Amino acid sequence: MLEIKNLHASVNGKEILKGLSLTVKPGETHAIMGPNGSGKSTLASVIVGNPVFEVTKGTIHFEGKDLMELEPEERANEGVFLSFQYPVEIPGVSMVNFLRTAINEQRKYKELPAMTASDFLRYMREKKALIDMDNQLTNRSVNEGFSGGEKKKNEIFQMAMLEPKLAILDETDSGLDIDALRVVAHGVNKLKTPENSTVLITHYQRLLEYIVPDFVHVLHDGKIVKSGGKELALELEAKGYDWLR
Amino acid sequence: MSDELLQEVTESEYKYGFTTDVETEIIPPGLDEDVIRLISSKKNEPEWLLEFRLKSFRQWQKMKMPNWAHLNIPEIDFQAISYFAAPKKSNITSLDEVDPEILDTFEKLGIPLEEQKLLSGIAVDAVIDSVSVKTTFKDTLAEKGIIFCSFSEAVQEHPDLVKKYLGTVVPAGDNYFAALNSAVFSDGSFAYIPKGVRCPMELSTYFRINAANTGQFERTLIIADDDSYVSYLEGCTAPQRDENQLHAAIVEIIAMDRAEVKYSTVQNWFPGDKDGNGGVYNFVTKRGLCKGKASHISWTQVETGSAITWKYPSCILMGDDSTGEFYSVAVTNHFQQADTGTKMIHLGKNTGSRIISKGISAGFSQNIYRGLVRIGANAEEARNFSQCDSMLLGDKCGAHTFPYMELNNDTAIVEHEATTSKISEDQIFYCNQRGISTEDAVGLIVNGYAKEVMDKLPMEFAVEAKKLLQITLEGSVG
Repeated sequence: MLEIKNLHASVNGKEILKGLSLTVKPGETHAIMGPNGSGKSTLASVIVGNPVFEVTKGTIHFEGKDLMELEPEERANEGVFLSFQYPVEIPGVSMVNFLRTAINEQRKYKELPAMTASDFLRYMREKKALIDMDNQLTNRSVNEGFSGGEKKKNEIFQMAMLEPKLAILDETDSGLDIDALRVVAHGVNKLKTPENSTVLITHYQRLLEYIVPDFVHVLHDGKIVKSGGKELALELEAKGYDWLR
Repeated sequence: MSDELLQEVTESEYKYGFTTDVETEIIPPGLDEDVIRLISSKKNEPEWLLEFRLKSFRQWQKMKMPNWAHLNIPEIDFQAISYFAAPKKSNITSLDEVDPEILDTFEKLGIPLEEQKLLSGIAVDAVIDSVSVKTTFKDTLAEKGIIFCSFSEAVQEHPDLVKKYLGTVVPAGDNYFAALNSAVFSDGSFAYIPKGVRCPMELSTYFRINAANTGQFERTLIIADDDSYVSYLEGCTAPQRDENQLHAAIVEIIAMDRAEVKYSTVQNWFPGDKDGNGGVYNFVTKRGLCKGKASHISWTQVETGSAITWKYPSCILMGDDSTGEFYSVAVTNHFQQADTGTKMIHLGKNTGSRIISKGISAGFSQNIYRGLVRIGANAEEARNFSQCDSMLLGDKCGAHTFPYMELNNDTAIVEHEATTSKISEDQIFYCNQRGISTEDAVGLIVNGYAKEVMDKLPMEFAVEAKKLLQITLEGSVG
């Protein structure tokens, strides 16, 4: 599904990713762990095409398509979703309007007719129920005045609405208390199917108690320095990152 | 944001730029007393109205073009403009007599004049160049005693009302363009809502400049008697021409005791091309007088067109407990200039006003808010709230705010808030990541920013206005 080879990327001329390779197959959950500054968030940003980062070398393929050839919105419409570490606020734009635009853009991309207002509202109700999304939040402007936990939950709600094939969750656990973490993880697990894949980017092993990965990779200085099963996360928790340096 | 994006979003075309091929009667360019006499006689006007025109003209001759606005206005040759143009075949009584080309024009603009097609039930007065071609639903309204007709017709049919109120809110000598309009005004709309009547449908005037080298000088007069209510919509477009066209209008509103008038404008005159050629000069005086106790006048405007806009819809709050509102979204792109805002003149006790202005500038444009809040010595307990927000798309445009306050009563409460913002790259990227293109993202964000004002528009207008904001800014992310 996702195939990254020898990826080099930089921001403002500073190289962050220095030859990273990663393969994610359908249905798999991968966790990317690593200390601050190791390039975790850069990896997420580069996959979704954030223009701030420049790819200097290497390739990213998604279902056989060269992602580097696609605009960010095309990547999204192909089924790549990023749950942002810091979701932005868009004042005055209601969640309903925002998601309806997004869904209809996706449908247009797939050459499907736009969803009618009533179908959309019904669909939204279903998804809200699925992940226990608070009614109030969808009536407000995109992320405006949301607490940290509400923002993260809203990301998962958008993921539920857009049904991506590949979801990248960037530090979804940061800033969440244990209850909020449980709710968010619960949502992610509910959305899991045998076909779609997840990449979890996290600092701590804590999130992995709730969303169990098939593979764990340790990122250090722009490269994956160690890969293993879920037990690797526990080892890291016990020993810290230093033993890998 | 990158220059590429900026270019992409700013290069959209004006879609109302077509001309209508219709036989037009047009008087030669030039302005003197004879031209004014000619206009007046063509309209078969009573003597007092001709006198009003001539007096205004003499006043205008002594006045100078105002230069206090933050605008760069090229010199206008008033002798090069034709002051009267009309599609031939006036005095139309039924729709069959309207030139099919004209019907087609309004159809293209999305304003069907055939009543059976008007599902939403808006009464329309359609003005092309100097004359009104058709007013719909006149009979339905007449049953309630509401008068809604072209200004010329009102002069003939309701001369007493016109004579009583014409020039009482905007005196002929008020300003340079008001004086010019008072001298040469051609047509426009007239509405009178009798005591206690709630107008059952939106009244609407649709203005269109068609003929070349003409000015449009329309005049609108709305009188809302005690305890009445009316909502009024105004739309404007013009063909795409290389030369500039002059539009100098006057709108006067009078609200009596507890009357309520809502006036909404979607102004989409041709703004000029992306290099700044052509476009309409829009110099308009709009003013409402809250004459009666607890009367209410509300202005809502969405300004996206015109090369130059000079316009300050205002309220004179004379009656005790009267209230005035001004909600504005002004968008400028390319080389457009807009100096717009409002005046709230508090005279009566316990009067209130609210100003919400949202400016959006893109390209090389200049967007200015200019507002005056004046609290008179007798305006006990008057209060005002003003909020002026500016949004900049790109770094070659300008946004300026000039709020003036004159407070002559210690019991008044006046608040002013102002912000300047930009669309952030993060917001755009967030939308992109959800599958929304940059252009649509800008449309969403700008509409969100302007929401408070857009929400004030009548339903019939809101959808069109939202699209318009998006089209105007197409390609202007900066």
